[in-house]
Amino acid sequence: MELIFIFLAAAITNNFVLTYFLGICPFIGVSNKIESAIGMGLAVTFVMTLTSIVAWLINTHLLIRFDLPFLEYVSFILVIASLVQIVEMFVRKVSPQLYRALGIYLPLITTNCAILGLALFMVLRGYDLIKSVVFGFGAGCGFTLALVIMAGIREELEFADIPEPLKGAGITLILAGLLALAFMGFGGLISS
Amino acid sequence: MTEKIPLYKDLLKGLWRENPVLFQVLGMCPTLAVTTKAVFGLSMGMATSFVLISSSIIVSIFRCLIPNQVRIATYTVIIATFVTIADLFLKASFPDISRSLGPYVPLIVVNCIILGRAEAFASKNNPARALFDAVGMGVGFTLSLILLGTIRELLGYGSIFGYEILKNGFEPWVIMILPPGAFITLGLMVGLFNMINKKSSKKKVC
Repeated sequence: MELIFIFLAAAITNNFVLTYFLGICPFIGVSNKIESAIGMGLAVTFVMTLTSIVAWLINTHLLIRFDLPFLEYVSFILVIASLVQIVEMFVRKVSPQLYRALGIYLPLITTNCAILGLALFMVLRGYDLIKSVVFGFGAGCGFTLALVIMAGIREELEFADIPEPLKGAGITLILAGLLALAFMGFGGLISS
Repeated sequence: MTEKIPLYKDLLKGLWRENPVLFQVLGMCPTLAVTTKAVFGLSMGMATSFVLISSSIIVSIFRCLIPNQVRIATYTVIIATFVTIADLFLKASFPDISRSLGPYVPLIVVNCIILGRAEAFASKNNPARALFDAVGMGVGFTLSLILLGTIRELLGYGSIFGYEILKNGFEPWVIMILPPGAFITLGLMVGLFNMINKKSSKKKVC
């Protein structure tokens, strides 16, 4: 039961993009088309789930055991960067089709703050391995959801009459604000 | 690189013309997340500027030694090291602020402004220019954070830097300190920035 709550909280009520402001750069950059939004979302979900496992193992079995908390940030960012690299090579070898769909988004993920944020939140809240994986997967799903909704709105937006100075980043941010407002409506779903 | 550009231009461009937040729309996570109060914006801006300036100088000094293939990884490690320093300093000296900023201090590591400046500027220029560029970008970032924080604090709490400004009969707009307020305020700020820039560029044409 607790696992379901963690999943729902990460995906909807505490959506990474709309309440923690994590992963805003790809959220604004890659939300032009629904297809690319889905591709980016899948890639992020995949890497997030993997990161949650690896970061948990490193934190528990290396950093805590040998009392090296000051290496937390350096080791997490290295883990994420190398993980992305490995995933990219692996996907290219195993499934060229998937690589064509996800390929260009993978390198972008390294600097996606949502991934590092995930690892940090996980440690901060003291989740065990299973909770971490559920949390990572939920956060990834939430990211995909927000990205796809945003892309859907922005595809329609191309036909709208927007004031000149607001075109581009301005209107996207305001839209994100309205979307965040809508997501706040889910707030009562889980009382924590 | 052969043309001589005065150093003050490197400094000034970060303040307005290429302002990292308003023009380049980079480093959004800390910008939006911590600006519920002006003082958080100020401390976040200063922490980020510290990391930006130190890592730009280091990257610029070692720019000929860092192999091209592993440069991004090297920059990231340099940045992460300085972020750790900044985080430990904040924890020791300003525990309250450090607690309110929470995980957004370590998230400076993935702030695209810092990696962006390292890649686009510091790795191609000498330490003096890198220093001026980083100071300009850092101050520009801090100023936009303070501006956003001030607007949100004024409307959300009725105060600025903790001093009450709007007292009687003012109903605080709770929405301003919640996530939607951050998005909408920044969106309008970016719009205003574009509008002012367009006007000034039109003047130059005439």
